Amino acid sequence: MSILVDENTRLIVQGITGREGQFHSEQAMKYGTKVVGGVTPGKGGQTVLETVPVFNTVKEAAVKTKANATMIFVPPPFAADAILEAANAGLELIICITEGIPTTDMIEVHRSIQGTGSRLIGPNCPGVISPGKCKIGIMPAHIHRKGNIGIVSRSGTLTYETVSQLSALGYGQSTSVGIGGDPIIGTKFIDVLEMFQKDRGTKAVCMIGEIGGTDEDEAAYYVKKKMTKPVIGFIAGQTAPPGRRMGHAGAIISGGQGTAQEKMSIMKKCGIKVCKSPADLGKTLANAL
Amino acid sequence: MKIHEYQAKEILAKYNVPVPRGILVDHKNQAAEAAKTLGTPVVVVKAQIHAGGRGKGGGVKLAKSPKEAETLAGQILGMTLVTPQTGPEGRLVKKVLIEEGMAIAKELYLGIVVDRATSRVLIMASEAGGMEIEEVAAATPEKILKETVDPVIGVKPFLARKIAFGLNLEGEALKKMVPFIINLYNSFIKEDCAMLEINPLVITEDNRVLALDAKVTIDDNALFRQKHILDYRDTDEEDPLEVEASAYHLNYIKLDGNIACMVNGAGLAMATMDIIKHTGGEPANFLDVGGGANEEMIENGFRILLGDKNVKAILINIFGGILRCDILARGVIAASQKLNVQIPIVVRMEGTNMEEGHRLLEESGLRLIVANGMKDAAKKVVKSIQ
Repeated sequence: MSILVDENTRLIVQGITGREGQFHSEQAMKYGTKVVGGVTPGKGGQTVLETVPVFNTVKEAAVKTKANATMIFVPPPFAADAILEAANAGLELIICITEGIPTTDMIEVHRSIQGTGSRLIGPNCPGVISPGKCKIGIMPAHIHRKGNIGIVSRSGTLTYETVSQLSALGYGQSTSVGIGGDPIIGTKFIDVLEMFQKDRGTKAVCMIGEIGGTDEDEAAYYVKKKMTKPVIGFIAGQTAPPGRRMGHAGAIISGGQGTAQEKMSIMKKCGIKVCKSPADLGKTLANAL
Repeated sequence: MKIHEYQAKEILAKYNVPVPRGILVDHKNQAAEAAKTLGTPVVVVKAQIHAGGRGKGGGVKLAKSPKEAETLAGQILGMTLVTPQTGPEGRLVKKVLIEEGMAIAKELYLGIVVDRATSRVLIMASEAGGMEIEEVAAATPEKILKETVDPVIGVKPFLARKIAFGLNLEGEALKKMVPFIINLYNSFIKEDCAMLEINPLVITEDNRVLALDAKVTIDDNALFRQKHILDYRDTDEEDPLEVEASAYHLNYIKLDGNIACMVNGAGLAMATMDIIKHTGGEPANFLDVGGGANEEMIENGFRILLGDKNVKAILINIFGGILRCDILARGVIAASQKLNVQIPIVVRMEGTNMEEGHRLLEESGLRLIVANGMKDAAKKVVKSIQ
């Protein structure tokens, strides 16, 4: 089993005719993901990647292809609109890869998709992969192995690092979810932990957080109260100076809040096995099982 | 992006948020004339630097005559102002704002931030104006009023009234505070602010409501549609290496250590700094070179890292995934030859064609140390400078 995406996922790609959109659509198809259509306003009627029809609107694509998920590669000025269009078309799962969307746009989006039945992952995220079943995003496929470890992370390459450590030790993944590095995101740690707790194919969870905000703290309290599966964790930015934005828009210690030390201490108190060094993720998981 | 107080007040004025009359000067000779033009018995001379706590460092002074304004401007302009937020090195003051003085009846606090927990804008207000809000929050959290704004309806009069009554205002001041808060919120949204702080917000004895100070940060992601804000950028306020890095579109933050690192991805870059520290070294910087890793990018990265004279070794940690390691290796070799890099470089790379990449690095004849995994890389780079 897995969460969010599997062999039944029917994907469309918004921004499929762009360089990135086309490249990663092709990679997803090679992995076995059912890419059933694409959307680029004004380019409806074309076919890309030999078999994939392009539509002008998400609604048209959704109706004609019976898609239930979308992957968004639309540039930042237009990405919020793309998310809203996907929600308006009734897609269940919206995965937004785009980095650099203005925060005020995301505040509007976050409010507007409440109650629509759409789940947003991201923005500014690597995507979601259920190894052997479906890959939606920009992560390298070959590092993943099929298995029963759930991964949830705010980072991109640090997630790949974690996955490759786990795979090397023989621990495959049920699903790996990149929730994104922005301050306003559609799906938080706590949401994904809840899904992993319910998923029969997930035996343990690895959560990779970073400085800024309090989402890891809330997730830790959830783990303590509701989770029966082992959870291990890491927080990036233990050496980050306060008040500076460390690459990700959301990775900033402000007003003394959101430090790695604070998060790690709460996570530990809540029963999460926290590793101090990013090189020990694999080993820590092995010990927890 | 941070901007100066005088710039923040220019923005607020556009949205009809009352601010004191003020004149910006960059030479003491202009100060007396400015004070005369303002015409109040007292004027305030305020150092314009990005860091807060200017008053504590002696960067905000009252002048009782134009002559005194000139003297004080002369003292503040050119001084290296050290405040609790500048660090011990302080900031050189190049501009001062001369502002009208006023009889203050009450000092309040009003801040607008993006609340990540609710994914909405949060307005915070307090009667403890002039104090650091973090201190108020720690000592007397019950004294901070908080109102979350629904983005669909924005700040309507009822919400502004709720805050104004909460601040124990009445009469004329209460009436003026309502549009003040509404206009302030509108400026926050329309100008894509990340943070907006009015501390103090003052009620004068003649019942005027004004933003006596203003601290505004603009969301970097929104600068593409806030082009006028780019004119406000003051590179004197930034580290010179960070200014250069931004010209190459590199995400670089200078730190105090001597082991430089070049990484793709923000999370992995932070984790690389962390593991250097755990291994007994001190990271010299944060550097995220982004998704691609071509020769030009590596060359620019090297140039920035070598600009920091404390740097004794470089750790390159690239998790390519889709990227081919042989291409990356060729980029590292070409860039280190071109720039004649003399200090040890430890390379950890992951991706396709890794063996070929390692072979190229080892056969290059350069001081390139190949590492397997992050732990090995951190150990090797720390050892290289011992």
